[in-house]
Amino acid sequence: MSQAETAAAPTAPAGPVKATEPAEPTRAAVPTAPDAPRPVSPLWTLSLFRSELAITFRRWRTIALLGVLALVPVLIGVAVWIETRDGGSVGAGRGGDEVGPAFFSQVTNNGIFLVFASLATMLPIFLPMAIGVIAGDSVAGEANGGTLRYLLVAPAGRTRLLLAKYAAALVFCLVATVVVAVAALTVGAMLFPHGDVTLISGTRVSYGEALGRAAVIAGLVALSLTGIAALGLFISTLTSSGIAAMAATVGLLITVQIVNTIPQLHIVHPYLFTHYWLSFADVLRDPILWDGVVKNLGLQALYVAVFGSAAWARFTTRDITA
Amino acid sequence: MDQPSAQDTAASPAAAIETRGLTKRYRGGQLAVSSLDLRVPRGSVFGFLGPNGSGKTTTIRMLMGLIEASSGGARVLGEPMPRAARTVLPKVGALIEGPALYGFLSGRDNLARFDAADPTADPRSRARRIDAALDRVGLTAAAGKKARAYSLGMKQRLGLASALLQPRELLILDEPTNGLDPQGMREIRTLVRELAEDGTTVFLSSHLLDEIEQVCTHAAVMAQGRLITQGTVAELVAASRGRLAVTTPDPAEAVRILKEHGVTDLVVQDERITGELPSVEAGPPEEPPQGAEGPLDLAELNAALVHGGVRVRSFGTERASLEDVFVSLTGEGFDVAG
Repeated sequence: MSQAETAAAPTAPAGPVKATEPAEPTRAAVPTAPDAPRPVSPLWTLSLFRSELAITFRRWRTIALLGVLALVPVLIGVAVWIETRDGGSVGAGRGGDEVGPAFFSQVTNNGIFLVFASLATMLPIFLPMAIGVIAGDSVAGEANGGTLRYLLVAPAGRTRLLLAKYAAALVFCLVATVVVAVAALTVGAMLFPHGDVTLISGTRVSYGEALGRAAVIAGLVALSLTGIAALGLFISTLTSSGIAAMAATVGLLITVQIVNTIPQLHIVHPYLFTHYWLSFADVLRDPILWDGVVKNLGLQALYVAVFGSAAWARFTTRDITA
Repeated sequence: MDQPSAQDTAASPAAAIETRGLTKRYRGGQLAVSSLDLRVPRGSVFGFLGPNGSGKTTTIRMLMGLIEASSGGARVLGEPMPRAARTVLPKVGALIEGPALYGFLSGRDNLARFDAADPTADPRSRARRIDAALDRVGLTAAAGKKARAYSLGMKQRLGLASALLQPRELLILDEPTNGLDPQGMREIRTLVRELAEDGTTVFLSSHLLDEIEQVCTHAAVMAQGRLITQGTVAELVAASRGRLAVTTPDPAEAVRILKEHGVTDLVVQDERITGELPSVEAGPPEEPPQGAEGPLDLAELNAALVHGGVRVRSFGTERASLEDVFVSLTGEGFDVAG
């Protein structure tokens, strides 16, 4: 008590305290003074990210997208099951010229291959399309609805808002991939045998280890989508029309995929963000071949850096007139 | 460097908004706002008037850091915008060009969304502050409804509620009564008055002149991107003095007498005569107003008319409304500027 009184006294002899004294009593005397800063916790800044996640996942559109994504593995599983019910093999009458790591033929041996088959089928178009919708709409949709100006005067801060948007898009990449993987795993386990797994290099591993590899693959697929998420975010900062941004992102994806199949354009292929996507199949070898995976991750990082910076440069200087 | 900053701190307590040469030229070359010097005193209810397209919203957007000024600068609550947006904007509540809501969220969740965007908003008090804001705009009953089911008036109220989520020092309200029924308009006006009594500076843009006149202490008039005038509402109305109006069955005689007494711009319409009283400013400024040569005493004028045999049915001045001021200043009606 006496110490506090001495400290509060204006004639306190203590040297270092003196400097702060004039400010302290003023603030204490007028707690509601307009200039008195409200105590702010740095953690509160995360509210925007949580809110962003809520906004993304409470939207019917997102639920519908995830529903469609979950449906595809079910369709694939059921189709394979029907085709092979009578003991035949997948694509028996098609000449057997398998293109890429489709994994379809292994599904009947072990249901877990339905996970890989589904991811391999959906990574080229379905998954990135869903990401394109979410990322493309992220900023442009807010501008279109006019809510962007209210977020910015709140003030969300342009960099902070952009980071929250991108973080939410990344979460969606992961959730979308996990939804596909879990749906495929469930359907695979229900329709096909499960037990030890024969990898594509011929080695047999336990179901548990195969599950681990499936988790790694799901992670790689989610990371493969980070590039197009950044691209979509950048396109989203260019326009005030959510539909235009979504269409542009998905259109660009399709264009890139087409260019990637034209052999005459092989010079640009290594720079296309889709080029190394299917490298995740190498995780199913023993030993694992990390070459393509590393190239893929490096390329995605490059796209994130380039288009993330572009989105930031554009969004922080843009006039918000919507 | 020291001197300007000292000046700034001296100026900051007085003005809630201060712009210097604020100019916005859009990329197409269109000049939306031209060297605007606006000064909104703290504690005022400031009416911002102008026809559609006169640059009001562009000005507000520049003040809020949404668009960048081509030249000039603005200080809001004493700090430069948009540089100090992070520290200034939490103290400012804004309703800009009508409300914008997430249709798939309830009213309450909309407020939670905007509150979460403010890094200085305490999440622990969020629910309580949202309830208080909803209550303040009379939207508690509809708080759980999806915003897409809201009427325009309800959306407007929700927009206002989001401006009131925190105690604010400055409220910027762009057409706040748009879409409201007369009862709602009155409620909002009462709300604005209450907020002003609590010491909040209110910057109110409106095209409803009587609304400005009823609520505001100060006003500024914009036309074609330029500031035409600013000052207290009383000053503005006083500057455009009322016209004399006389009703009499003897107009010819009345006109003659009124002319003799220095009434100008006489307009005769059947039995009704209106005219401009001789202006106070015309006389030498040092002369005391109550002097013999001072402003015309209306009682004397009436006596002169009656003395001259004019039968007077009614006699008086028509008080100028803000609308008269507006029309006389902009030289146009309240139409969209081409």
